[in-house]
Amino acid sequence: MKIKLAIAGLSVLALALGGCSDDPSGSPSNPPSATLNTNTISILIGSSGQAETDAVKKAAADWSTLSGIPTEVIVASDLNQEAAQGFASGQPADLLYVSTDSLAGWTANGSLEAYGSKLSNLSDFYPGLREAFTIDGTLIAAPKDFSTLALVINTRLWEEAGLSDADYPTTWEQLESVAAKLTTDGRVGLAFGAELQRVGVFLAQNGGSVVANGTATANSSANVAALTYVQNLVSSGSAAFAADIGAGWGGEALGKELAAMVIEGNWITGAMSSDYSDVAYKAVELPAGVQKGTLQFTNAWGLSADGDNKDNAIKLVEFLTSTDQQLAFAKAFGVMPSVISASDGYRAQFPQMSAFLLGADYAQNLPSATGVAATIVDFNSTLGQLKDSDPKALLDAFQTNLEAALG
Amino acid sequence: MSATNVTNRRRTFRKDAVGWAFVAPCVIILGVFLLIPILMAAWVSVSDWTGRGSPLASGFVGLENYESFLGKGGLPTKDFGLSIRNNAYYFVFVVPLQTVLSLGLAVLVNRKMLRAKAFFKTAFYFPSVTSTVAITTLWTFLFSATGAINAMLEKLSVDGPNWFNDPRGIFHLMLGNPSAPPGLKQSEFLGVSLWDWLSGPSVAMCAFIVMAVFTTSGTFMLLFLAALQTIGEETKEAALVDGANGWQRFWHVTLPMLRPTLFTVITLGTIGTWQVFDQIYVSGHGSPAKTTLTPAFLSYQSAFVDQQWGRGAATSFVLFAIIIVFTILQRMVTGSSDLSKEKRQRKLLRPLRWLKEKQVAS
Repeated sequence: MKIKLAIAGLSVLALALGGCSDDPSGSPSNPPSATLNTNTISILIGSSGQAETDAVKKAAADWSTLSGIPTEVIVASDLNQEAAQGFASGQPADLLYVSTDSLAGWTANGSLEAYGSKLSNLSDFYPGLREAFTIDGTLIAAPKDFSTLALVINTRLWEEAGLSDADYPTTWEQLESVAAKLTTDGRVGLAFGAELQRVGVFLAQNGGSVVANGTATANSSANVAALTYVQNLVSSGSAAFAADIGAGWGGEALGKELAAMVIEGNWITGAMSSDYSDVAYKAVELPAGVQKGTLQFTNAWGLSADGDNKDNAIKLVEFLTSTDQQLAFAKAFGVMPSVISASDGYRAQFPQMSAFLLGADYAQNLPSATGVAATIVDFNSTLGQLKDSDPKALLDAFQTNLEAALG
Repeated sequence: MSATNVTNRRRTFRKDAVGWAFVAPCVIILGVFLLIPILMAAWVSVSDWTGRGSPLASGFVGLENYESFLGKGGLPTKDFGLSIRNNAYYFVFVVPLQTVLSLGLAVLVNRKMLRAKAFFKTAFYFPSVTSTVAITTLWTFLFSATGAINAMLEKLSVDGPNWFNDPRGIFHLMLGNPSAPPGLKQSEFLGVSLWDWLSGPSVAMCAFIVMAVFTTSGTFMLLFLAALQTIGEETKEAALVDGANGWQRFWHVTLPMLRPTLFTVITLGTIGTWQVFDQIYVSGHGSPAKTTLTPAFLSYQSAFVDQQWGRGAATSFVLFAIIIVFTILQRMVTGSSDLSKEKRQRKLLRPLRWLKEKQVAS
């Protein structure tokens, strides 16, 4: 009986494993022709909403018409998880969104293929964005689009406080004073999320960064001074973390007029027009400390190493990152083009967004080496209590974790 | 003699084959969807799998993954320590509260005098059939800084906290949130200082505790209700004749008769409270200040976000061990009395009974 059970067990195991490795889409109906590989190119995206889904589907369909290669857009509800399932099964989507946080891990385990050098429009991408997806000097993937942070101001409250266009803050002192002027009962002058992804702009403006040339520099004196400035802002009551005034994020704080100014990225425009269309606002460049500084966030088109139509997938990426297509995406769902050739067109079409695009010249990337994301999450979890903490101690703890992660 | 032996053997074989054929679908389904995944996860927890291709092709690294968060110090250890602290407080508060509340509800609903029983049963059970995701979303609105709960507290002249954004532990708050005494601050266990171990659940976690009690009591009420309905009217009458009052009847008659159900409810509660995941995934991924981080969520985060697959799997096996230990402990506490003595006796007698049956059969 035992033997029989073992045989049954083995055959079940074989069945399961066979299911893992066999290629069910092994396509006898689509014999690879000598000239054109017509295997379907699947595209896995983590969409911000229907507008983005529709835009990507349309772009993929347009390319299919041009190239004669079928494409399929799959919308993930949890991109990390669905991508991981694909990589583990050996049948990943051919192209997929890759965040800077996932880049290092997926590159290290061989899931992603570096194709940067094969791109015909390589030099068109902003250098800062290329840097975000470069590991050991190799560009892994093409930046899909990007966002920067700017100071977004409620114009009605701005005028009510007796401020004019000439008063847009360009220094830390001015930011402090306008924030104080805009603060009233039940409303703070400035709000931003309690996370490095927002607070980090002050570090950048003070000439700091959390990682420089692969070395942890979280507790540098520039960073300590910057975080102390933030602490003073928050303690004075003229600035607050979004969560402390009952807002999920900066956009909500601005929309509900819980704050007169917020530090947010260009995605705020979508939320403002859909949820808070009666609130007038304007985005200006962030004030400078010792230098101008902001952060940028970007995603890339990752190419799966296990894909079976890689050369054509790269051509699809070139199409998706072409000037016209980038402007179409910008129009459809509010992202900024990742290619320099589209910047004039973007500025002409969206003059109100120019502050965000100006930031591209000096924006910093957050570090994305393996294990760093977890240390940022940990630092963020301590930032909420900045008011009652020692900025140096928070950054020291961050530094310790970063050093351990960077090894 | 030998001929009959062969026929007998053949007959048993056929009987066995038929038996196996009938259970085969179940065995295969359990194997494919339960046993193999568990074995695979166990393998991943001791391998250096990086998330690409089949885990079976990866190398064996012994207990390295377990060490990475149990012994090495640093961020993984601290995260694990915090998640255990959070979940332990969650467990300690939720299990007694949900058991008492569901028993109370069951006794109320079981009353003869009560009208519209069906309505109350449905009303109490309703939260249990609603998805956790929906209820969590509802909760974040109710407990927001300007939400309904705080509006109500305001009417009572209480200044409500910013629930889901308040990481302060309630034990610390009861003491007036003093700064940590140096002795407790310096000694650490699993990367978390003793002072932080003693913090109690954070205000944010309390909102989740209330939610768990709210959503699970209905289910457990049904279990108690079913048990209550098996207690016959004559038992109550006998107690009445003996002159027992309402409370005595409940405490000395009803409750002891509910012991098996009580055991089930507490066991299910224990397992359920150590597996909190949905609420954390939907709300804040462990925020504020990681005070709602749980081992189940940490396991997911290690694997899918940080791409430390081995550590993620290892975390889930440690969680598994914790659940087993707590269930055994709880079994020892609640299961120790006459009932189990009886069972033990029955167990001792089982071999004798078996022998007797054998004799009768031959």
